[in-house]
Amino acid sequence: MDWGALHTILGGVNKHSTSIGKIWLTVLFIFRIMILVVAAEKVWGDEQDDFVCNTLQPGCRNVCYDHFFPISHIRLWALQLIFVSTPALLVAMHVAYRRHEKKRQFRKGDQKCDFKDIEEIRKQRFRIEGSLWWTYTSSIFFRLIFEAVFMYAFYFMYDGFRMPRLMKCSAWPCPNTVDCFVSRPTEKTVFTIFMIAVSSICILLNVAELCYLLTKFFLRRSKKAGNSKQQPNHENKEETKQNEMNDLISDSCQNTVIGFSS
Amino acid sequence: MSWAFLCDLLSGVNKYSTGIGRIWVAVVFMFRLLVYVAAAENIWKHEHDEFECNIKQPGCENACFDHFFPVSYIRLWALQLIMVSTPSLLVVFHVAYRENREKHHHQKLYKNPGKIDGGLLYTYLISLILKTGLEIVFLVLFYKLYDGFKIPRLVKCDIKPCPNTVDCYISKPTEKMIFLYFLVATSCLCIVLNLGELSYLVFKYSIKYYLKRHVKKQQ
Repeated sequence: MDWGALHTILGGVNKHSTSIGKIWLTVLFIFRIMILVVAAEKVWGDEQDDFVCNTLQPGCRNVCYDHFFPISHIRLWALQLIFVSTPALLVAMHVAYRRHEKKRQFRKGDQKCDFKDIEEIRKQRFRIEGSLWWTYTSSIFFRLIFEAVFMYAFYFMYDGFRMPRLMKCSAWPCPNTVDCFVSRPTEKTVFTIFMIAVSSICILLNVAELCYLLTKFFLRRSKKAGNSKQQPNHENKEETKQNEMNDLISDSCQNTVIGFSS
Repeated sequence: MSWAFLCDLLSGVNKYSTGIGRIWVAVVFMFRLLVYVAAAENIWKHEHDEFECNIKQPGCENACFDHFFPVSYIRLWALQLIMVSTPSLLVVFHVAYRENREKHHHQKLYKNPGKIDGGLLYTYLISLILKTGLEIVFLVLFYKLYDGFKIPRLVKCDIKPCPNTVDCYISKPTEKMIFLYFLVATSCLCIVLNLGELSYLVFKYSIKYYLKRHVKKQQ
């Protein structure tokens, strides 16, 4: 189990996301998880070994390190990424539940079910409407909350986003105020700023997706209210055809740019 | 052999689980396995090297570390994950046994071999009880071995060959404690999910059984 397995799980959700959702997923995997695994982990790899204090008193270094770094940046990022990816599982579970219901209908031989075989049900892409809309919107809302909470936790714990070179420590058993030096402070600052910047981009993408979904929801409602007064069937069919074409176009663009297989 | 093997096993179990069972599998994957592999393992990686005692006596540090950490947290955590996932295999074995029986007799003995009814229901309930029991056993073990769920910065040690009481410092105690609390919280969540699933199944099948009896009586 590692980040690759997470990619497999979330890749399945990708099919049922909006275009902005697909961009968010790409940013998450390429600019956050990959950077974490390939680069950031190595920068923080030797953090305690190379944390040096100007004293020979045994135990002083340990205690000072623990005082200044209650939880390491790298672990906090890993937790943030896990928590931020989890709401997408809500959508995956809802889609799986819908598929299960459709399969049950198909097995009972329900005439309302217009699929030819189980394979078609498995490959079907569900549109984000009805209860799935609520699940999807709540998942984006939770993502936003988790991102914001972790960014605030970072800022609060480390007094800003800068890694200082020197820290003064007077925790027991250090005999008096002792100078402690952090390893690679500039590199760590650069990566911290990078991760914060990408977090902010993800927050903006989530807000944009939320606005898009809400706009679509209200437009659909007003169209339904308008249509119920006029001729319903013909215009609805036209609209659904146009929507399907829009979805196919955005799908094919996404697939060529990202090359994700779900 | 790695955690991927456990992942494949659990994904196989997912097919025969109820809705709550699937939530349990998701919690185990995301909040326990992934957190263990991606974060927790690295915190405890150099725990022995970074354990420092205020003494130059050779062997004292080793003896003290061994006294305070008979089994490392991270190994107990790994054992817990493996033990807690294993009872689900009982269900997989029972379904495989059913399918084998059908093949052997060359006829359809069950409407759906993967459906939770009859003997498979009892196997499923036993696996839930075992899972819950093992979770509780490990939580109690953690509590008893380490004197509560806290990790102190400093421990005082006077095991031979340390000449007298010596101060020993544990590395990254705050970070370890945060992840220990995380472990306890996810364990408790899994216990709640298992108990919820147990109650749901017992309730559902009791109602089915009483309804059947009621219909039979009427006839």
